[in-house]
Amino acid sequence: MPIDFLPVFLMVAVVVALSVFILTLSRLIRPNNPYPEKNRPYECGVDHVGEASAGLFKVQYFVIAILFVVFDVETMFLFPWAVVLQDMGLFGYIEMFVFIFLLLVGFAYAWIKGALEWLS
Amino acid sequence: MAVLSNRFQDNVFFTNSDAIINWSRKSSLWPQTFGIACCAIEMISAGCARYDLDRFGVVFRPSPRQSDVMIVAGTVTRKMAPIVRRLYDQMAEPRYVIAMGTCAISGGVYNTYAVVQGVDHVVPVDIHVAGCPPRPEALLHGFVQLQEKITGTRVLRVKNPDEPAMEPS
Amino acid sequence: MVADDMPLAAVLQPFDQRVSLDHSAADMPCLLVPPADLVALCTQLRDDPALRFDFLSDICAVDIFPKTPRFMLVYHLFSVPHKWRLRVKCCLGDPATAPTVIPVWTTANWHEREAYDMYGIHFDGHPDLRRIYMWDGFDGFPMRRDFPLRGYRDDYNPMGVERPPEEGAG
Repeated sequence: MPIDFLPVFLMVAVVVALSVFILTLSRLIRPNNPYPEKNRPYECGVDHVGEASAGLFKVQYFVIAILFVVFDVETMFLFPWAVVLQDMGLFGYIEMFVFIFLLLVGFAYAWIKGALEWLS
Repeated sequence: MAVLSNRFQDNVFFTNSDAIINWSRKSSLWPQTFGIACCAIEMISAGCARYDLDRFGVVFRPSPRQSDVMIVAGTVTRKMAPIVRRLYDQMAEPRYVIAMGTCAISGGVYNTYAVVQGVDHVVPVDIHVAGCPPRPEALLHGFVQLQEKITGTRVLRVKNPDEPAMEPS
Repeated sequence: MVADDMPLAAVLQPFDQRVSLDHSAADMPCLLVPPADLVALCTQLRDDPALRFDFLSDICAVDIFPKTPRFMLVYHLFSVPHKWRLRVKCCLGDPATAPTVIPVWTTANWHEREAYDMYGIHFDGHPDLRRIYMWDGFDGFPMRRDFPLRGYRDDYNPMGVERPPEEGAG
């Protein structure tokens, strides 16, 4: 029954209200004085050197993050499936393996194409 | 500055809320580890076991962005002065400066071509701790005086015109 | 008198009388050499199998203004196999130029930068002769005798001495 979820709703409401209250109170009380020198990146007080200072970052960080998101969502699907597996029987079991196999094709593609290499 | 700063009259509510805000600021003063010369050794020993600074809530942070107070410990040379200024600029308000040792207060014994005669030519200083080097207890006394200075600060209440000027909080 | 049994006579021979023993100090033997023979003598000192002065401890510069010759370079050498110390002095005029001993000992790079920064001694053949202690744009050579201790007055040094007018100005 939907009414059974009332405690969850109350918890979400309290969390949201508390965060909003704390953040608003902080914003009202704390000093706010931005100026360009304050926003410069920190490198022990000297001008920064190196590739990252010009905005050049390794693209491998981005690639690894994208692959992580995909496979993390897949893992997320595995959890409720594991809970209701007994009710779904053999059909549900095979279906999840089909799902994993499809994602495995993508994983093999990424591996062969060199997306997992750290040094380009 | 802040939306609500220096706006309200002295009454029991805002005096107490100022007291709470000031208590939280003074009880967790986090300094930058910014030892330049010999005074850094005394600052380190003030932070170690015998003259513990941790009991005052003082936790040394490596980055200026996470710190409240900058202890300028040592001789500031003219080559180092722009770096000191930049690190001060990268701190977030409310920020305080303790000039530790005679070299940071006034150049010390080094009245030469290469030494800035006092770090207050570079950053605004709140507390001077004299000594060459000051004993760790002197630095502790400096922190206690900084706490006393913060205690009387008017954050939400309207500032007195004859109050000594401080970094706006 | 050479205190150690250092075979210096063999090194002095190729230089006729240009390189001489200097007896002003009692702590280590000292050679006096003109700047033209400096690199040759240092190479000889490093490579001679009986001496093997393979470690350059320090390069100091000395300013004895107003006496002449104004500048002197003092090299302190150490022989790691024999544990001998030797001092080599080289008198320079004004303006001071000296050959670089970087081909002999690579560590001379920063020592010579220090001598340039503090005294204004120029080293011929130095790959990267620039200031090492003073900040970029600093005008003057601080360790010279005629440089005032408090420095010259400018915006950040209000207690400095007034800078003397440039020659030829006004």
